Amino acid sequence: MTEAECVECGADVTLHDDIEVGEILDCDTCGAELEVVEVSPPVLARAPELEEDWGE
Amino acid sequence: MKLGLLYSRIRKDEKLLLSELRDRGHEVEKLDVRDLRFGLTAESGTAAAAAADCDLILDRCLATSRSLYAGKFFAHYGVPVVNSPETAEVCANKVKNSLALDAAGVPTPATEVAFTSDAALEAVESFGYPCVIKPVVGSWGRLMAKIDSRNAAEAILEHKETLGHYEHKVFYVQEFVDKPGRDIRVVACDGEPVAAMTRSSEHWLTNAATGGEPRPFELDDEAERLVREASAAVGGGLLGVDLMEMKDGGYTVHEVNHTVEFKALDGAVDVDVPAAVVDWLELTAEAASGDGVTAPA
Repeated sequence: MTEAECVECGADVTLHDDIEVGEILDCDTCGAELEVVEVSPPVLARAPELEEDWGE
Repeated sequence: MKLGLLYSRIRKDEKLLLSELRDRGHEVEKLDVRDLRFGLTAESGTAAAAAADCDLILDRCLATSRSLYAGKFFAHYGVPVVNSPETAEVCANKVKNSLALDAAGVPTPATEVAFTSDAALEAVESFGYPCVIKPVVGSWGRLMAKIDSRNAAEAILEHKETLGHYEHKVFYVQEFVDKPGRDIRVVACDGEPVAAMTRSSEHWLTNAATGGEPRPFELDDEAERLVREASAAVGGGLLGVDLMEMKDGGYTVHEVNHTVEFKALDGAVDVDVPAAVVDWLELTAEAASGDGVTAPA
């Protein structure tokens, strides 16, 4: 387990060992959706907003 | 095999695939579609170079628009991509999807397309109430409207015409299929079912994304045949085929999805879905290269 800082509220976000760049996480403190942009060391950014053409 | 995973978000589905691929010793090049530039030649832009050594590109883009263009560029560079741009183009658009299914003789809900709200209202009235209006491009049950009255139809059509961009003025009107509180999702590789589940809900929308509860489902011969035919109708590939059970027996295929999510299915059935998908990717890469592409020892 590692931690990274939430870019929205500054709280520590706990990360699993198998995180991937591109994965989306929720900040347990403020609820922000965060995207993993680096894994070593882990860096988080605000996740992109849902777009109309997203889906399967 | 070296597989290029084209993505914009790594969902649980992609994590399952990445884990299976790496466990088998395959090399994976993660290609974030947001970072790539696509030139007309392999020497321009960055996408061709990023994918140069890949045996196969697996398109897992979340954004349909990006998926459609990126697939065409990779095919243009001569890099095999699944699903093919041709399959993606049909599946990404509900009008093309319906036309392809109907042309192949696959039962699909009665549908009319109109280009003005007046004509769309006529289509709605011809179906009667309830009926359904869907966006031509969209997923996860979003912007779907079950129309229960003329008042509702007039309001929704006016909203679509006034607030939507031009694709919302392509009015896709469909009969309401009174399914038994569930629909069926089948993940299939070139028409061969990997596994199937039902998605149940008290809401008329039963998509897993809207909270439909997944349960394993055993396909009968007719459903298997329809999955094969629906897959062939859209050009084959790794697909999510959605069926509804008809009150008088039989099925109707309402859509085929080209960047299918399978995490709900994988959790609902005993089949190892990502393993089956990677089996198919190995075979597809092998067929594309003409060489043996196997998991390294």
